[in-house]
Amino acid sequence: MKKWCVVLFVIVFIWPLLAFSSDNPVTGGTLIWGRGGDSVNLDLAQATDGESIKAGIQVLENLVIFGKDSMDVEPQLAESWTVSDDGMTWTFKLRKGVRFHDGTPFNAKAVYDSFARIIDKSHPFHGYGKWVYLSLSLGQVSEIKVIDDYTIALLTQKPYAPLLNNLALWLCPILSPKAMAEHKDQIGLHPVGTGPFKFVKWVKDDQIILERNADYWGEKAKVDKIILKSIPEPSARLMALQSGTVDIADDLDPDSITLVKKDAKLAVIDRPSVNVGYLALNTEKPVLKDVRVRRAISHAIDKETIIKTIFQGLAIAAKNPFAPSIWGYNDAIEPYEFNPEKAKELLEAAGFDQNEELELWAMPVSRAYMPEPVKTAELIQAYLASVGIKAKIVRLDWGTYLKKTANGEHDMCMLGWLGGNADPDNFLYGLLSADTAKTPGAANVALWKSAEFTELCLKAQRTFDKDERIKYYLKAQEIFHDEAPWVPIAHSTIVRCYNKRLHDVPLRPNGLNSFQMVWKEQ
Amino acid sequence: MPLGYISRRLFHLVLILFGVSILVFLMLRMIPGDPAQLLLGEYANPEELARLRTQLGLDKSYLTQYWIYLKNTLQGDFGNSVRTGAPVVDEIGVRLVATIELSMAAMLIATLFGIAAGVVSAVKQYSILDYASMFLALVGVSMPIFWLGLMLIYLLAVKFPILPMMGRLSMGLETTPLTGLVMIDSLIAGQFGAFWDGLRHLLLPAFTLATIPMAIVARITRSSMLEVLNRDYVRTARAKGLGEAVVILRHALRNAFLPVVTVLGLNLGLLLGGAVLTETIFSWPGLGRYVVDSLMGRDYAAVQGCILIFAVLMVLINLAVDMIYVLLDPRIRVQE
Repeated sequence: MKKWCVVLFVIVFIWPLLAFSSDNPVTGGTLIWGRGGDSVNLDLAQATDGESIKAGIQVLENLVIFGKDSMDVEPQLAESWTVSDDGMTWTFKLRKGVRFHDGTPFNAKAVYDSFARIIDKSHPFHGYGKWVYLSLSLGQVSEIKVIDDYTIALLTQKPYAPLLNNLALWLCPILSPKAMAEHKDQIGLHPVGTGPFKFVKWVKDDQIILERNADYWGEKAKVDKIILKSIPEPSARLMALQSGTVDIADDLDPDSITLVKKDAKLAVIDRPSVNVGYLALNTEKPVLKDVRVRRAISHAIDKETIIKTIFQGLAIAAKNPFAPSIWGYNDAIEPYEFNPEKAKELLEAAGFDQNEELELWAMPVSRAYMPEPVKTAELIQAYLASVGIKAKIVRLDWGTYLKKTANGEHDMCMLGWLGGNADPDNFLYGLLSADTAKTPGAANVALWKSAEFTELCLKAQRTFDKDERIKYYLKAQEIFHDEAPWVPIAHSTIVRCYNKRLHDVPLRPNGLNSFQMVWKEQ
Repeated sequence: MPLGYISRRLFHLVLILFGVSILVFLMLRMIPGDPAQLLLGEYANPEELARLRTQLGLDKSYLTQYWIYLKNTLQGDFGNSVRTGAPVVDEIGVRLVATIELSMAAMLIATLFGIAAGVVSAVKQYSILDYASMFLALVGVSMPIFWLGLMLIYLLAVKFPILPMMGRLSMGLETTPLTGLVMIDSLIAGQFGAFWDGLRHLLLPAFTLATIPMAIVARITRSSMLEVLNRDYVRTARAKGLGEAVVILRHALRNAFLPVVTVLGLNLGLLLGGAVLTETIFSWPGLGRYVVDSLMGRDYAAVQGCILIFAVLMVLINLAVDMIYVLLDPRIRVQE
């Protein structure tokens, strides 16, 4: 009798636990992904918004890709690559036996068509799209050569080391040439790639449906389907997550994240992101030309309080122009500590006129790197006032703001960078070199022109030895720190909130992941 | 029905649309903010901006741009969206039917309940029923839709999950698109499961959207009924020995209807164009949200297309209201 009791106990209580143990990945189920808005264009070579990229990278693949949880470049559709001795020819060996979702084979011709349409005006597909952000994609590539069916070479006019990171960005996807020819300028509504998920259907402003690619070349996706559901209202998104209507909810505000953390059914993972929010000081303005004034401003602002109040702790204070999750970060730099007394001394030494009023431009839109720009501006205004700098907050609409700051019309302006290709070059050369400080259209809105800094960036672009590049970048960050053209404020923390019935949920520092390995308890 | 009158009104529509097209075209371009700049955002660089502006035709003079726009629109081509590159007509179409479905459902709720509450209040003036329904109407008018919507979701979809919280249909379910209206398509195709599912999805957003017009209709019906109830013909009807129901519904209500119809027409117009909040809270893929997003992105072609459609709808609704007047009140004659 006793024996039977034990057997019964095992069958009734233990066996189900083992059978449904959450450690063994299971296949099947539908992952429902709630997010703030709809995608715009799923041909990622044309995409300018995060929601398009999130969905598109499930379907399309690149030659190379960032790691699952890091920003280090790994092979994807290319198996290996070499760079010629002069640094101007990149040769990629492509993966064999891969097919697009429409059944056509992936080969060098497909890579050629996907890339040539972007840079070659005479390519038949060139007219089918708006090829944005060339500087982040293939702008440096002057020629594409098909060597054989599975080898392709990219030629640049000068050695350009960051190209590999560019190729890993969403902007360089490989699409089926048949589909591109068929759908012409509507390819963004019917993306056909090689990825672990196939595009099925798109109901605008409502949902995008993807399904597992059963013929995927690598490890096949675990869930049968992904539904990306637009839930524009953040509170509704939170409630959808809490009620189990969705499995993942993106872009929740800090208060909601606190609630999610308390909920036993839900999980939160976070990771320092690759972005940076900063206050740029226009070095062409007479007052801000003086490095002592710029250092004083750096000392006057209490970043920790900004992070505690505005970011609600979901950020780390910045001291360099890019985040520690990117290689080449100079951790030896001693940040300007919050010290109003020191700031006052510096201002006095610089002979700063307290009657002078500086304009402080506040962004009109919120971004991950600057969640509440106006409140942040008000805080900064108060900090500056406490050391005797009068600042007037200027607010403009976003388009005008970008145009005028790129024109150097501000004294101080808040801005940020979402991370680009996660190569230090993208931040240092792109946002701070003398080459990008030319108005109108300056990306370097501090209009800071340091010959030494720029030279270091250019040297690093022409070098393929990563250690040597790191040396240049470490030095460049020292110069940046010393000259203080920006007050780097914060690198926000990237967060993913999901239901615990999901497992193996990845999170890359730029927040963009393929959900191939995610599985769902049934 | 006076056909001459209708065709004259429809001719006016052409003039109105022409005027609206010029106004919207100019107003959009007067708001600061460059579509190309907004599209490229932080990553914009001068060469790419210039290239994009050329591609979008923004480097041409306003006159040339308007001429191109007018020519294309007359041929039925509303242009392509700046943001998505897709033809605006396609983008608007699916969203318009979603909005129509929601606003029609809301109008139905507002009309039925609003009129019922108004009639009851008027007939039982100064009773508990009157006070209660007028109090509710006051609450309805003053309640922020945003708050109400979120509370309804919290109560009826999260706390006591009896209704779905968002969308038009359960995920994975679909109907054969014929009219685009889930309620009608599912009935035509005989998919009663989908009909029931769609109806459940429609309930919360439609009720939320209906609160304000329902309250307005109730108040108007009440005051209009009160006026009519004291008229001689109502007394005559009672004196003839007609049942109270017949007196109220056939004699009083029909005469009290004119101001109600006006308000209903106005509200329908507002609902079609202004369901942005409700659509946002309930993730309803309608036109209201699309217009706002397009406006934020300075998607000129999309906004122009939407406004033209709103103008057509407004004019048609007004025309319909005028026609209903004629039907309701034989004293009104259209002057030929």
